Amino acid sequence: MQRVGDSPAVRRLLVAAAVLLAALFLLLPLVAIFAQAFSQGVGVFWANVSDNYTLAAIGLTLFIAAMTIPVCLVFGVALAWLVTRFQFPGRRLLQTLIDIPFAVSPVVAGLVYLLLYGRNGWVGGWLDAQDIQLMFAWPGILMVTVFVTSPFVARELIPLMQAQGSREEEAAVTLGAPGWTIFRRVTLPNIRWALLYGVILTNARAVGEFGAVSVVSGAIRGETMTLPLHLEQLYQDYNAVGAFSSAALLALIALFTLAAKAGLEWRIARQEVSP
Amino acid sequence: MSIRLTDIAKHYGRAGRALEPVSLEIAEGELVGLLGPSGSGKTTLLRIIAGLEAPDRAPAGRILFGDRDVTDVHVRDRRIGFVFQHYALFRHMTVFDNVAFGLTVLPRRERPSSGEIRARVHRLLEMVQLEHFASRYPAQLSGGQQQRVSLARALALRPDVLLLDEPFGALDAKVRQELRRWLRQLHDELGFTSLFVTHDQEEALEVSDRVAVMSHGRIEQIDTPDALYRTPANRFVFEFLGDVNHLEGEVRNGVLTCGEAHLAVALPDGPEELLLRPHEVRLAQAPTPEARLPVTVTAISPVGAEVRVEIAADWLVEPWLATLRHADYERLELRRGQRLFVIPRRWHRFSADATQQRQPAAA
Amino acid sequence: MSALAFALPRRRRVLPGFGLSLGISLTFVSLVLLLPMTGLVGQLKGLSLAEYWAIVSDGRVVASYTVTIGAAAVAALANAAFGLLLAWVLVRYDFPGKRLLDALMDLPFALPTAVAGITLATLYAGNGWIGRLLEPLGLEVAYTWVGIALAMAFTSIPFVVRTVQPVLEDLPPEVDEAAMTLGASDATAFRRVILPYLWPALVTGTGLAFVRSLGEFGAIIFIAGNAPFETEITALMIFVKLQEYDYAGASAIASVVLAVSLALLLAINVWHGHFIKRLHGGRG
Repeated sequence: MQRVGDSPAVRRLLVAAAVLLAALFLLLPLVAIFAQAFSQGVGVFWANVSDNYTLAAIGLTLFIAAMTIPVCLVFGVALAWLVTRFQFPGRRLLQTLIDIPFAVSPVVAGLVYLLLYGRNGWVGGWLDAQDIQLMFAWPGILMVTVFVTSPFVARELIPLMQAQGSREEEAAVTLGAPGWTIFRRVTLPNIRWALLYGVILTNARAVGEFGAVSVVSGAIRGETMTLPLHLEQLYQDYNAVGAFSSAALLALIALFTLAAKAGLEWRIARQEVSP
Repeated sequence: MSIRLTDIAKHYGRAGRALEPVSLEIAEGELVGLLGPSGSGKTTLLRIIAGLEAPDRAPAGRILFGDRDVTDVHVRDRRIGFVFQHYALFRHMTVFDNVAFGLTVLPRRERPSSGEIRARVHRLLEMVQLEHFASRYPAQLSGGQQQRVSLARALALRPDVLLLDEPFGALDAKVRQELRRWLRQLHDELGFTSLFVTHDQEEALEVSDRVAVMSHGRIEQIDTPDALYRTPANRFVFEFLGDVNHLEGEVRNGVLTCGEAHLAVALPDGPEELLLRPHEVRLAQAPTPEARLPVTVTAISPVGAEVRVEIAADWLVEPWLATLRHADYERLELRRGQRLFVIPRRWHRFSADATQQRQPAAA
Repeated sequence: MSALAFALPRRRRVLPGFGLSLGISLTFVSLVLLLPMTGLVGQLKGLSLAEYWAIVSDGRVVASYTVTIGAAAVAALANAAFGLLLAWVLVRYDFPGKRLLDALMDLPFALPTAVAGITLATLYAGNGWIGRLLEPLGLEVAYTWVGIALAMAFTSIPFVVRTVQPVLEDLPPEVDEAAMTLGASDATAFRRVILPYLWPALVTGTGLAFVRSLGEFGAIIFIAGNAPFETEITALMIFVKLQEYDYAGASAIASVVLAVSLALLLAINVWHGHFIKRLHGGRG
């Protein structure tokens, strides 16, 4: 079969151009992260990573991600179930609303939370009177992280559940299965890979969020510094190797995300062919 | 312009041969149908002639359009018109722009002026009876209309050869009938050489000057529709060109026996299989001395020019189909469950190597 | 919306869980997505129109709009070309390392923006791997608007690739073949037939890349240099105001950014819907 652009000369030229550009633009930065992190040897890298402040930042980052994922998971599944299994007025609007975090600049997202829950905001003022502080503390970081990561699970599930339709669940209803059983035994096996991929994306973004978190964190070393904030601090202090050591940890999570994506996409594709 | 193929073969990787070495000659102005079941290689052959697929290098087959050897000519320089099964109209262009496309991409030296292009496109649209649809988009047309646009587009460059890949395959029965008559008319008016692929025997036999029947990457027979139907070269062609009833049995002393059924045949002793077309099956109230084939009517469909009657019997592996004239149907007062006798008008027989045929007239 | 949903006559739904999923979704959307926006409104109410105008039309802020929009436009256009090339190569050709290249396309989404920021800044600084090669040529990337555009392009390239790729995959071979049988050369067939098919996806992807670039922060601030009037982006202006505890100023600028992003997103959706309708048959 012949298609447009199939002549060997054109093919070689375009492939070469694409590979070269991608290598320079995407691969080289990835290599540079690890090269910088290990530029003074594994010992220095290890010392940087096991530094107390770094460990605290890792701990906070993992804690935030671990708290964010279940919240986004419950919301994502509920929303996907709602918009793909029922018809109701406002369904389209709801689908548009969940995309808000994609369009809003992370700094603006941090700002609106700060305005509402900070000491001067109408909710924050009341909380302050009760001696509860959300902003410039981990709850604030968690809240903005949930905001920026909220669309990922739903975004993965909705197209898949729409394509699969609700026939299988309806069959389960006719067989007398109760609600949770339907979800657990019929729906979940069909969506598990997409769900897992949504969780991995949520995790990647939760771990790496910078703009929104930097607005609400207050940047207290050892207390409210996530890993991205910590590496910024090190970089501003001219400790490049230290910054890149933290960056390398985050890049590892990114690489894991890419590998998981490749693997899961293959599984999802296979599942769609033979449901 | 005539088309001549010699030793054109094609195989795909290890998946096997899609096309055994094929040779074929089509005279100028002829309309030839390529007929075969799916996977018979008919579309592959058409696409090779178009230049959309390359034939195998060994054997080194040739494709000639007239005296021009086009084997190594790129599809865009072969000067063919190609009509796709699913129309393949450019959906972002209006009907007018679709038809004009081939003219507007000509090199500047050969390109007609925009005024002439407009005139030519309008003539083409008139010819396909779509002159009022010039500014519509393809999505706004019915399937039959889209296929006519696709034909006009293919004809805009006045190709010497028109190739059509299942052109009516995606349309419903009534539109197909109209369109194929209309294609035949158009062919006769404009006199190009056409080759079209179909899996529908009725379509092939009705439209074509000659039909090439293909199976398993081979041309089994190429002949006029009439000759094809009357003197099929082998059992495949016979079975592919229409409904067939099978009668299997043992011949002894000039009588074929199959359970309680007997039929006098002038054949040597041994196992035998006879084939009958539905119109060669006559139904009668009583057997004859030569034929005693008792059957029961299981279904009757009196729709159309003739009555289709399904008959079954213990001695038959598969039910038979008989077609009757309405007059006979009324005379016999047929009803379901009725017991009757089959009198073969004639039968066909292909010897074991499936190439020879004898065709004695019987009873 | 919720009022409408509940006002419906109670029709029996076949599948269970409508109430529960609606409850969770509405609670979440209201509390997490919508309620915080009221904070912005509340803050802006404290400003008079003149004060608001003074903040958003301040010289340094206006300069940041120019830098942000200019760099985002350059980044989006560069990505349109680069993304189209990558999508084409990934869909149309087979070559060793193709799956790796495909996986690499998502790197900018998976890599934290701050990591991308310090890496690009280090690579393109005068003594960095690439900066060292560019400096003798008189090309400065780090701490100029070129660096800003570069960081924007890096973080938004997947938008174009991942929007165009599926459309290109779905393009039936007959479209290519029809163009070729009609005598079109590769270049003509691409320009007149294939590109128009990809156009809606390409414009959408480029538009999304542009919107993302307008709001990007983490990847840019390290490479930008952040010189007032020269290389300050608008997101940074908000951040600076916050650090000065000027919440009103930050809110005013944020409201501009937010309005522009949402308006663009809406425009992209409407345009895309309109285009698709014409191609898939709306009569008229």
